[in-house]
Amino acid sequence: MILVIAEQRDGRLNRASWEVIAAAQTLAKGSPVKVGIAGSSVAALASELATADVAEVLVAEHPALASYTPDGYAMAIRALVDAASPTYVLMPHTYQTRDCAPAIAARMRKALITDATGISGAGADVTFTRPMFQGKLAAQVKPLGEPPFFVTFQIGAFRADAAQKGGSAPVTPVAVQIDASAIRQKPEAPFQEAKQAVDLGQAERIVAVGRGIKSQENIAVAEKLAKAMGAELAASRPICDNGWLPMERQIGSSGQTVAPKLYVALGISGAIQHLVGMKGARTIVAINKDADAPIFEVADYGIVGDLFEVVPALIAELEKT
Amino acid sequence: MKIAVCIKQVPTREWQPRLNDDKTWIREQDVSYEMNEPDAYALEEALRLREKHGGEVVVCSAGPARVQQVIREALARGADRAIHVEDDRLAAADAFTTADALAAAMTEERFDLVLTGLQSDDQGQAQTGVVLAERLGMPHSTIIMDVQVQDSSLKVKRELEGGWFQWIEMPLPALLTIQSGINQLRYATLKGIMAAKKKEIRKAAMPADLRPSQQVVSLAVPTRAKETHLIDGSAGEAAKELTRLLREEARAL
Repeated sequence: MILVIAEQRDGRLNRASWEVIAAAQTLAKGSPVKVGIAGSSVAALASELATADVAEVLVAEHPALASYTPDGYAMAIRALVDAASPTYVLMPHTYQTRDCAPAIAARMRKALITDATGISGAGADVTFTRPMFQGKLAAQVKPLGEPPFFVTFQIGAFRADAAQKGGSAPVTPVAVQIDASAIRQKPEAPFQEAKQAVDLGQAERIVAVGRGIKSQENIAVAEKLAKAMGAELAASRPICDNGWLPMERQIGSSGQTVAPKLYVALGISGAIQHLVGMKGARTIVAINKDADAPIFEVADYGIVGDLFEVVPALIAELEKT
Repeated sequence: MKIAVCIKQVPTREWQPRLNDDKTWIREQDVSYEMNEPDAYALEEALRLREKHGGEVVVCSAGPARVQQVIREALARGADRAIHVEDDRLAAADAFTTADALAAAMTEERFDLVLTGLQSDDQGQAQTGVVLAERLGMPHSTIIMDVQVQDSSLKVKRELEGGWFQWIEMPLPALLTIQSGINQLRYATLKGIMAAKKKEIRKAAMPADLRPSQQVVSLAVPTRAKETHLIDGSAGEAAKELTRLLREEARAL
């Protein structure tokens, strides 16, 4: 049996939860998949999850789970795991999971494989693919010891729309005892530093610029393309380090990881630190002068050319209809 | 305040991977090493906290003899002394083994604050800090962009996804994993390098009973997942064809 831990923040389901349901259905090969969710009031989210083709949705509700804390959520997720007795516990590799999953695995002394991008083999020979050495190498990793084995999946490694639906799974409450005084972290309300901060992880389309944009003034042409495509504007790290775009629009290992429907890379060479943040996009377009740029290794469509000629032509084309 | 900083020695960013004969690990004799980047920011943060609040900064590293290179570098930047858990098996150890090895050597020191980088540039498991917090019985918070010490408690700024942040309070002692870019790094001065030679490095043995929790079955250069459809022609023609493909084939517009 496989247990997926879905993630929510402020009553909204993280879309990556569906990606992990898809991963679980791939791993399960017919054995049952259950979904667990923790929070203070998550009945609506449980019903949403129950539409997946899964055996059961387990719900751990407690007032002390209103805000995420590693101590509180470690206790709640532990209760879900104990109730389900799964072979695998699968979670999305989000900031929340990175904060609490190692604590749960450490307390239970169970294997935790993080940032997985794929599943190979079956039965006792299952291995998980994960990047190592900043994506220069891919490792096949096997959990050791007794189950449950914890595995977290990289955002975009599986497609949310690949999760099989059509179920109306029963929703079962799981009792969770949380002594509020045992929660040592006291969080304040989340805030955004910039006024127009966006959650690029939820964007359907992204136009991203790299060093090839050459100057801050030229960002305007990318912005115009983004507008014509209904896309959010993003950048690789050097652009944000230069202050040409705010840090929160940075894609990559030190910025955000995204998996939009469309990702258009303008003048981005494709250093691995950038690729890990966007290669999960469904369709990738690269426009770059250098035909050997690594960005073309992950691109579905490529134009080798001067972005200052191609992008205005593209804007004109998009505005025709 | 007694602050520990855990640092890891990792291959340099310029390193081109080569594998050992059975393709389960890298060929270590080819590698040049450096301090894991997020750990360097954790060290800098510890030095700044010591400058503000007094106390000492102790560098802790688990690895084979070669990790003395980054320990010396940390001492040269200003750490007061070091603990080195030395064992060849720690070169490719998983996060649980590393955290257990560090915890065994660190527990008796009763640190007020433990800082680590948020993840390593080699295995990148992003686990060691949190597992260490559990083993030391400390509360933790991860991906931290600001650290403020207030009497016996901490106020830290945690990075969330999508440009969101959050302030979190917690009691000391505590463990934090530090995000790159939290501060401006200092580099070792000649005076610091000379002073480092006299600083103490306490050697500790890895506990005998540690068992790995996972195994690297194989390593490989990632395969290219996609065939790129390159679009030729003038800028205008290419733009027209790309728009058509994105609408009709990819259905992405």
